[in-house]
Amino acid sequence: MIRVENLHKSFGKLKVLNGISCRVAPREVVVVIGPSGSGKSTFLRCINLLEQPTSGQIYIDGVSLLDPKTDINAIRAEVGMVFQRFNLFPHKTALENISLAPMKVRNLPRQEAEAVAYDLLKKVGLSDKANVYPDQLSGGQQQRVAIARALAMRPKVMLFDEPTSALDPEMVGEVLAVMKDLAREGMTMAVVTHEMGFAREVGDRVIFMDEGLMVEEGTPEEIFLEPKNSRLKAFLSKIL
Amino acid sequence: MEVVRQSFHILLAGAAATLEITVISVALGCILGLIVGLSRLSGIRLLRLAATAYVDFFRGTPLLVQIFIVYFGLPQLLRDGQAYLMANYNMPQILTQYALPVFLAAVIACSLNSAAYIAEIFRAGVQSIERGQMEAARSLGMTASQAMRYVILPQAVKRVIPPLGNEFIAMLKDTSLLSVIGFEELTRKGQLVVGQTYVAFPVWLTVAFLYLIMTFCFSRLVDYAERRLKTGD
Repeated sequence: MIRVENLHKSFGKLKVLNGISCRVAPREVVVVIGPSGSGKSTFLRCINLLEQPTSGQIYIDGVSLLDPKTDINAIRAEVGMVFQRFNLFPHKTALENISLAPMKVRNLPRQEAEAVAYDLLKKVGLSDKANVYPDQLSGGQQQRVAIARALAMRPKVMLFDEPTSALDPEMVGEVLAVMKDLAREGMTMAVVTHEMGFAREVGDRVIFMDEGLMVEEGTPEEIFLEPKNSRLKAFLSKIL
Repeated sequence: MEVVRQSFHILLAGAAATLEITVISVALGCILGLIVGLSRLSGIRLLRLAATAYVDFFRGTPLLVQIFIVYFGLPQLLRDGQAYLMANYNMPQILTQYALPVFLAAVIACSLNSAAYIAEIFRAGVQSIERGQMEAARSLGMTASQAMRYVILPQAVKRVIPPLGNEFIAMLKDTSLLSVIGFEELTRKGQLVVGQTYVAFPVWLTVAFLYLIMTFCFSRLVDYAERRLKTGD
């Protein structure tokens, strides 16, 4: 589904990614962990070209993202993204946030787009918030709307960039619950997170990144119970 | 006071002309300013440079000089340009008269000037919208222009209303410069009344007062809009 080959990214002189290669299979949930500044978010943002890689290759469903002939908007429509800071559109209601892109990008008629949006709001448990503006929603509710907004495009892959890091602790659970449901339904997901419980429980595979490299990868059991790399051990001892 | 009473309707007509030219110029300035402002943010270098040059020129030179260029300079340019084309490229004569009507010259000069300031207002407004908004829109597959139209601009417009109101007030006062090319707005009407009656102080005070009424009303309107928009932000 996603194939990344020797991905490099520098911001000026700062090298953030130093050669990342990995694959995400269909229906797989890959969780990326690592200390802050290790390049996790940058890696994820490269996958839908919110950051332009310095070199390397990225394929989604066999289509090269860095081929100038590729229609990047069409690819992005297939790749859902959930941000740390939600980034809901503040001038639109929850329903409009969700129905906007299907109407404008997929040219769905309003009625159909709104029907999809209602279904998704129900799915994330916010049926009663359809006509509410983002500033009247709690952080957890905003993030659930943001997930519904990404799902409305019927993406093949969902990318989550620290989706619970900006939330108050009591709201983390409701967002993780929605993500677990998605994983159970077979959505292909790449998740950058500090929620080790989620990584253990939901992840098919865990990748540990440090200093722009994938230092270790394996099943949750391998990563959390039998870590081999010393930096991973040091990281785990700090957070667990 | 008798003079003021008798000539008040003349001054009032001038005030109406002032208001009219300001509304037209700022409205046209908004359209052109939006184009120039977005060009300043464009990924196309040439467009960005042209827009920057435009803003630099119209903000960096006096409006009075711009009015002279349009009213006195443009007709000569048209005449000489046509003569050159006719002589060298056998172009048939299209224009027989070159002088611009004073109203048209006034609209052109004030709109072009206003557009430069409004371009900067729009640019700042768009840049004040946090980056995450553009990223969210693009991540959903919207093109840059769709994101601008449906996500960024609706939010930016709310933020630019107060500075646009200030630009309107500034332009309202600056249209007094149009008196020098004989456009009969409020200041020119004042000159005419004083010229006929030799009564200066009360007439000019009345002129000032009429400007004040217009700017005062409008700045209260801007304050009100600002408060309304803040609650909705």
